[in-house]
Amino acid sequence: MTEMKVISKRFGKINPVSVEEYSSMGGFAGLKKALYMERISIIEEVEKSYLRGRGGAGFPTHIKMMGLAKETNTPKYIICNADEGEPGNFKDRNIMEKDPLAIIEGMTITAFATGATEGYIYIRGEYQAAMRTMFEALENARKANYLGQNIFKTNFNFDIRIRSGAGSYVCGEEFALIESIEGRPGRTRVKPPFPTQKGVFNQPTMISNVETYANIPVIITMGGSEFRKVGTPSSAGTKLICLSGNTNNKGVFEIPFGVPIRQVIDEFGGGIKNNRKIKMVQLGGACGPIIPEYMLDMKIDYERFEEFESKTGAGAIIVMDDRFDIFEIILKTIHFFEHESCGKCVPCREGHKQLELLIRKFRDKQATMKDLDSLESLARVMHQTSLCGLGQTSPTAIISSLRYFRDDYIDRIDHPVNL
Amino acid sequence: MVNLKINNTPMSVKEGTTILNAAKQYNIKIPTLCNYPELHINSECRVCVVEIEGRKGLVTSCSTQVQEGMHIITNSPRVINARKTITELILSNHDANCNACAKNMSCELQNLSNILGIDQARFPSVLKLQPIDDNNPSLVRNPNRCIKCGRCIDVCKSVQSVNVLEIMGRGQSMQITPAFGRYLSDDFCTFCGQCSSVCPVGAILEKDETDKVWKAMHDESKRVMIQVAPAVRVSLGEELGMAQGSIVTGKIVHALKLLGFDDVFDTDFTADLTIIEEGNELIHRVTNGGVLPMMTSCCPGWVSFAETYYPEVLPNISSCKSPQQMFGALAKTYYAEKLGINPNDLYVVSVMPCTAKKYEAQRPEMRVDGKNQDVDVVLTVRELGKMIKQMGINFDSLEDMPFDNPFGITTGAAAIFGATGGVMEAALRTVYEVVNKKPLENINLTDVRGLEGIKEATVNLGGTDVKVAVAHTLANARIICEQIKAGTSPYAFIEIMTCPGGCIGGGGQPYGTTTAVRQKRLEALYTVDGVMKIRKSHENPSIVKIYEDYLVKPLGEKSHHLLHTHYHKRHHDKSPKEKNVMATY
Repeated sequence: MTEMKVISKRFGKINPVSVEEYSSMGGFAGLKKALYMERISIIEEVEKSYLRGRGGAGFPTHIKMMGLAKETNTPKYIICNADEGEPGNFKDRNIMEKDPLAIIEGMTITAFATGATEGYIYIRGEYQAAMRTMFEALENARKANYLGQNIFKTNFNFDIRIRSGAGSYVCGEEFALIESIEGRPGRTRVKPPFPTQKGVFNQPTMISNVETYANIPVIITMGGSEFRKVGTPSSAGTKLICLSGNTNNKGVFEIPFGVPIRQVIDEFGGGIKNNRKIKMVQLGGACGPIIPEYMLDMKIDYERFEEFESKTGAGAIIVMDDRFDIFEIILKTIHFFEHESCGKCVPCREGHKQLELLIRKFRDKQATMKDLDSLESLARVMHQTSLCGLGQTSPTAIISSLRYFRDDYIDRIDHPVNL
Repeated sequence: MVNLKINNTPMSVKEGTTILNAAKQYNIKIPTLCNYPELHINSECRVCVVEIEGRKGLVTSCSTQVQEGMHIITNSPRVINARKTITELILSNHDANCNACAKNMSCELQNLSNILGIDQARFPSVLKLQPIDDNNPSLVRNPNRCIKCGRCIDVCKSVQSVNVLEIMGRGQSMQITPAFGRYLSDDFCTFCGQCSSVCPVGAILEKDETDKVWKAMHDESKRVMIQVAPAVRVSLGEELGMAQGSIVTGKIVHALKLLGFDDVFDTDFTADLTIIEEGNELIHRVTNGGVLPMMTSCCPGWVSFAETYYPEVLPNISSCKSPQQMFGALAKTYYAEKLGINPNDLYVVSVMPCTAKKYEAQRPEMRVDGKNQDVDVVLTVRELGKMIKQMGINFDSLEDMPFDNPFGITTGAAAIFGATGGVMEAALRTVYEVVNKKPLENINLTDVRGLEGIKEATVNLGGTDVKVAVAHTLANARIICEQIKAGTSPYAFIEIMTCPGGCIGGGGQPYGTTTAVRQKRLEALYTVDGVMKIRKSHENPSIVKIYEDYLVKPLGEKSHHLLHTHYHKRHHDKSPKEKNVMATY
């Protein structure tokens, strides 16, 4: 099997910041077409394509667009979430560094369809190279009148500015990101109101992932129904997969939805280094589930991922071989979230430390049956009651491993009384 | 209307109602912690979670609005377990040494743990002890008890617009503190104490000074006197288990006598005196082209707010001391002379609804001899309540007793000082009659009463209509000050009180002050006013007498020395104080 290059078709083939080279490979065709379409029919095309958010949660994009289009309060904002902080994910960085104009085009089409006039790209603080490329691409797009006043001699105005934080993970959460753009510390807000109602500067705002916007020009160019032909019923189109860990090859690969995980690992990853056995695979990133080897025939598909109740859809596949202790992995994960929690709500602020203490006991073979109960209960409570996505998804590694690696837990219990 | 079911009880509530309020309307209790009426909903504690049938996660009932056909369960095992777990998590990072905490038995976290039946610490304590900030005269901030609910930030920001407290750090090391972990005193705090009155636990408390009072009382060489502020008479009962808004003036006098105070006086007396001085100052400013609008000066929180944030309006503020300090000055001069004792042997205590009064008493300007404080110790209503409990006094059943003389005969005008608009009303009752030389027909100036943020009224003084305004909370004071700065203020006289509702909502009042409670205390104060024989300050015979005997005339030389003061721009203290000078735990 080879990659299905739709989003990544220009990767490495053009000077990423050149408007001419981008246009020569189909770039800006979508925008040119969109500008002569009815605004509503652009959203209808997106609806037909059934594009779902590529940031992980998989929220249907047309619903967000419709929500924003319906708001009468102006100005409206379009935000591109490029705060790719999830460990194991590097696809957004690839798009920004290799085809930034596709993001600009996608955002501009979205803005035109929804009546937004201002845009922000919020780029992760560590992505300095991506920021520079993006900046140049924006300059060039502006010079070529793909951004700015009266785009293509229409009365449509739209411009994009770059914003960046200091590298806090939680700023990838939509409201924390909005707070950060406004100049405040990245802490989420209470929902409702949702961003499409009251987002940045309390104005209607649509916020989506880099890859989502990169899909928009493709959909407009080829048509929503054509787009939907690729993939599975619940997940249309292609997906950039970030493969990392103990595979021979690592990197970003574009595949249609529906391909089994094992196929990605074997064919793109070229198998496991030194022919070791796979112990576990973490999907989506640090906030994703840890699954055992026997589940790898599972297809990459939003519907299939929904059972994990996590942001599995971001597309990371982290492969770990049999040298690794699951508790070391979980401990690292939880430690990461403990450090990145904003501290606003109780379950996330206080819960991670307690999870860490409990997992430490399992790692050191000092746990009791009671600890197992506590761990399970605490992880679920955090998942169900945390204020934002961080605390809701961070216990996923624990919840999933309790399901698929329960024996490992029991093994670490000092004198299990009843199994 | 929206139809829904909570715990199988069908109900119908207005659209936009939160689940929490819908439940409340139908007598279903959902425990809460960070939620406080009147403050913003921040959903930080997550204690009020409930289950909605058909949804996977739990939602916070304080922030989720009802929807048609919703079926909500507030007490399923999943919900109870979540609530319990969350509370246990809070306890794991809280200095839960409850017996050694002033909030013992009135702590909302303690109460919550009790309701949820938490009987063991499931999660080990991860508390890292931090230094305590008690480097100011009014408040003690103990970060070890802080549960980061955010109420203090909200009250400081949205009610008072002072913004001293903020979140610092993240994750478990997140703290609520003045910027850069400084002292409250270094960070433009006005010491209004509203944070202490909304704190659910004992993380911000008034500085307890009851020990000093006990010590003075047992010191044979001291004559200990106490003054009782107007607002105390309608709130102390609450602190001691009586109904909200109970009028307990006579019981307070009796209890204070039992505690052992030699003289029990009424701050109302010097409130009347304030009206005479301030009223005359207003007339003087109007007739001599002085700085207008004139602003009241009885509220120390407001004065320090103006000194820090609006030094431009300092010339507008009346030079009168507050009633508390007028009392202190007279006690240490007039009364000491009258008794023929050394003023240093007089120990002046006041009981105030206020934490900023502690700061005011320590101001260098408030010392007639230039050295010793005129008012030695200020107690809040809560502290006095504690003393009465300590002495085993059954407050409720005490017989009424009258205040001692000479500072005991007072008027209705003085009593309403405790309510927003009260000083204005009292002043107008006097100024109107002095200027117009005819009796005021309707003595109840209802335009300036009530809990509206900024109130306006017009009075005819000497043939011209004069506009006056009344503002409470510092956020409203800010609006008034901005008008003055811009030169657009249409008023001649403005009353400003720091706390919502005036002193009856003060930072030193019993816990749990909400609009409903404020309303009850307000009504009680106007009842006190209504039944008084004398309701105008200038008709107070004791006031007439003190001018004859001692002060000679309003704004006279003696008054100037004893009853008036001046203000300074408050500079930010830039000296970097090391953290380790703070009292450590």
